[in-house]
Amino acid sequence: MSVADHEKEEPQADLLLDVRRLLCPLPILRAEAAIAPLASGAILAVLATDPGLARDLPAWCSVHGHRFLGLKNQGRELIGWVAKG
Amino acid sequence: MMHPSTDPLTPSAAPKKQVFALGLLSGGLDSMLAARLLMEQGIRVECVNFYTGFCIQGHTGAMRNPEPDARPARHDALHAAQLLGIKLHLVDIAEEYVRIVTDPKHGYGSNLNPCLDCKIFMVARAWSMKERLGFDFLFTGEVLGQRPMSQRRENLPHIEREAGVEGWLLRPLCATRLKATEPEKLGWVDRQRLRGFSGRGRKPQMALAEQFGLRDYPSPAGGCCFLTDVNYSRKLQDLWHFRGEKAYTMEDIVLLKAGRHLRPAPRFKVIVGRDETENRFLSGFREGRWAIHATELAGPLMLVEGQPDDEDLTLACRLAARFGQGRHLPQVLLTVERHGQQQTRLVTPLPAAEIPPEWYL
Repeated sequence: MSVADHEKEEPQADLLLDVRRLLCPLPILRAEAAIAPLASGAILAVLATDPGLARDLPAWCSVHGHRFLGLKNQGRELIGWVAKG
Repeated sequence: MMHPSTDPLTPSAAPKKQVFALGLLSGGLDSMLAARLLMEQGIRVECVNFYTGFCIQGHTGAMRNPEPDARPARHDALHAAQLLGIKLHLVDIAEEYVRIVTDPKHGYGSNLNPCLDCKIFMVARAWSMKERLGFDFLFTGEVLGQRPMSQRRENLPHIEREAGVEGWLLRPLCATRLKATEPEKLGWVDRQRLRGFSGRGRKPQMALAEQFGLRDYPSPAGGCCFLTDVNYSRKLQDLWHFRGEKAYTMEDIVLLKAGRHLRPAPRFKVIVGRDETENRFLSGFREGRWAIHATELAGPLMLVEGQPDDEDLTLACRLAARFGQGRHLPQVLLTVERHGQQQTRLVTPLPAAEIPPEWYL
């Protein structure tokens, strides 16, 4: 799994989706709805508490042709970035 | 006269139809194999996975402190789709699904699992996506006789008939034991290359998985629905019984998955966090409930649901103290919160012997 390097600059998100407290698969379902109206190449950031996101976000990108840009742990939260395919 | 092979009107010259099938993918081995068997025949495959609210997808892992050897949580269908290299449609049917759980036409299985109604509903729901997606037929990973309710031979035709897909639902893993479906009759699917698996054994599936090089699939014992779980079903039954109606909200069904549940009296129940992660998780559900925790000591967060009176809240505090670090102290100070208002109560922890086993749900 590709994880954003803390040294690297975080991607600049066009939209931040807050799915904290939601359990799998709701973070992905919400991400799917959130990314739909965005233009190709736009960046969606997903802020979650469900640790499953670390594996599901890259898998979802691979299945739907989006580009997984990375993921970072922020204490008990995770933030992941996706560029719309 | 044109040679038959160059005549655009003869079947041999017509471009071969790209057949497109939509499958119900749980993420388990059977549905993966069913998809793979069709892909082997050059059929374009996409899948759908329905979110009912009762799906077991690493929820425990997300709510509780991780076990040292626990498999990292993931959405199995998503990973199965990634492994197969196919598109997966994730569809939230949780709201529509309420009527399936509360009023199943075909009744429940051994717990509150309405498996037959569930399968009919999902097949019909998948078929309703036909116009939008443009697929030719449906398929599932069902194996004849593998499950006691939805996969019995006599029930399979019911599923198709009631879902309105008679002839258009293919079950690649047991097809050769069943009547030929329309895609087989039309020559879209080669029946000879399908399988005739039956029964509860897993060996043929594991051999086929090996043949396909599929190794990363979830254990068949895992199950995929909380409604098949006896403890979960007992808590849901209790909720219906004491509310006086068979209804639930999305919040209810999530909360039934978390914490230790006790009902000391018909008018209220308590949910007790079992570790730090679960306490934090429960803390997100304080709204509309009483939240109790030890004021100065480590211990669980307790949520109280229902219409407790003042005496009940004292009892809840004694219970919360019982599950915390102060259980052996003569008295423990507890904070009780509701609607942003706080009060403290000094109580004696309830001795274990005074907690009747029937309180535990």
